[in-house]
Amino acid sequence: MTTSLQPAPAVAARTRAAVPPARFADLVAAEWIKLWSLRSTPWTLGLATLFVVGAAALAAKADYDNFPFYEPETQREHMFSLGDAFPQEGYLTLMLVAASLGALTVVSEYGSGLIRATTAAVPARGAVVLAKAVVTAAVWAVTGIVIACGSFAASQAILAGRDAAVSISDPVAIRAVAASALLAPVCALIGLGLGVLIRHTATTMVTGVFLLIMLPTMFSSDKRWSAELGHLMPGIAWNRLVTDWMPPPHPGYFPATVTESWLVLTLWPVALLVPALLSVRRRDV
Amino acid sequence: MIEVIGLTKRYGGKTAVDDLSFTVRPGHVTGFLGPNGAGKTTTLRVVLGLDAPTGGAATVGGVPFRSHRRGLHHVGALLDAQQVHGGRSATAHLSALARSNGIGRRRVGEVLAEVGLTDAAHRRVGGFSLGMKQRLGIAAALLGDPPVLMFDEPINGMDPEGVRWVRHLFRRLAAEGRTVFLSSHLMTEMEHTADQLVVIGQGRLIAAEPLRAFADRGTRRRVTVRTPQPAVLAAALTAAGATVDAAPDHLAVRGLSAERIGALAFANAVELHELTTRTTSLEEAFMEITAGHADHLAGSR
Repeated sequence: MTTSLQPAPAVAARTRAAVPPARFADLVAAEWIKLWSLRSTPWTLGLATLFVVGAAALAAKADYDNFPFYEPETQREHMFSLGDAFPQEGYLTLMLVAASLGALTVVSEYGSGLIRATTAAVPARGAVVLAKAVVTAAVWAVTGIVIACGSFAASQAILAGRDAAVSISDPVAIRAVAASALLAPVCALIGLGLGVLIRHTATTMVTGVFLLIMLPTMFSSDKRWSAELGHLMPGIAWNRLVTDWMPPPHPGYFPATVTESWLVLTLWPVALLVPALLSVRRRDV
Repeated sequence: MIEVIGLTKRYGGKTAVDDLSFTVRPGHVTGFLGPNGAGKTTTLRVVLGLDAPTGGAATVGGVPFRSHRRGLHHVGALLDAQQVHGGRSATAHLSALARSNGIGRRRVGEVLAEVGLTDAAHRRVGGFSLGMKQRLGIAAALLGDPPVLMFDEPINGMDPEGVRWVRHLFRRLAAEGRTVFLSSHLMTEMEHTADQLVVIGQGRLIAAEPLRAFADRGTRRRVTVRTPQPAVLAAALTAAGATVDAAPDHLAVRGLSAERIGALAFANAVELHELTTRTTSLEEAFMEITAGHADHLAGSR
């Protein structure tokens, strides 16, 4: 018997379903399924919201309790009110959580090897990264809005008891809420971009923490070059946008401008996603 | 059809695949055989467009796989069953893959039923045995009803029932006219499943031919024959050039294929009770032919 190297034996013609069109919306839906099929996602988002809003409420409660002991001028100006709505400990935590979850959407695939199945299913790698970015940005934008509004409302409701609340109609309050809502998706996309570029879970996480939390503390505001570099940090930009008053610049003091701070926040994700999209096409999976 | 043309892949200074060329045709189960480290997985990765070749090319259905924007309707692949996120259910894992290619949810249920995971559909994959993960990976490969299927070591971790099922599945897929390409370092498994072979060692092609032809190349191949007339048959076989060892209840024949022995018995009107090619023959052929090609062949001969 000689089994053959002949071409295919005669087989019944198979009817194949028409190949559906390649739609970007399907990739977004697939990433949506991936994100919400993990139990950790709702837990992380819920706990982060509770923690940040709780931190704002605690900050406001502290000022509420100490209010009778403040100088009359402090009581009248109540400059602390907006700061209570956006406490550092809450929002630094939010930055960390958002960056980590954003990074995990990518590095968990590289870590488990799932990325190979993903890439074999969708050879258009850039489109997968973009779909992940869309889902990450959307989920964190909603979470960011809930958290920013929640922490503002909770803190001001408490301070209203001392007649020391800031109104949401205050232009600076609107700016602070908007910047705080934006901070979460920005950090999540930074994490995602780092994840695509670095791929390795631990290295990505350490880089994210260093970039978002440690690096900003290394710049001083009294040397111009150092201050200007510091203004490029997302956390410092956010801090500028939630601060209602800053002394005008003078020699030895170089605060960031509001416009510059908005630009920094919005350009960070772009600055990471562009190289991420370029590199993902070239590298072996 | 899968075509690999002059493919070379180097990682840093290490050459994983070296000027490799072969063709995998539809309608057959083609085994991709080689010792560990021979370059099988690298070749499959390049075919899937996961890794870019250093030189040469690989095409599926005439075009590089990466030229497709979506892949599941063109190639179904299982590279490593462990490469799933343990926190997701089988359904969620497949639903995400299916949705990315515009495939409906109904198909997810179909492939889960096909691989026998319906009852485990909503359990988290992290708790699956390796055999169940292999089934899940096969289900993923089937999602797009693709004309080409590639499986890297698909029977690892499967129980005997699973192995039987998967052999039947592969043969059925090939009979439907699909290209089925199956890597393994287990020669005996190939003997039961594949009809064509691509054999590589140290990244180079050793053989691309029908499995029988490859097995016949092993000089130590043996056929066991039981017959009530051993003397007559032994004489006929020896005359035809075979070496015959007579054991009390059978003849061990070397140098002739089972087909030739059967024909000679028929021509000599010898009754046969058994005519068995020793199942290790492919293994022996493999060991002989790949000797010197193997990276990790430590004292196995």
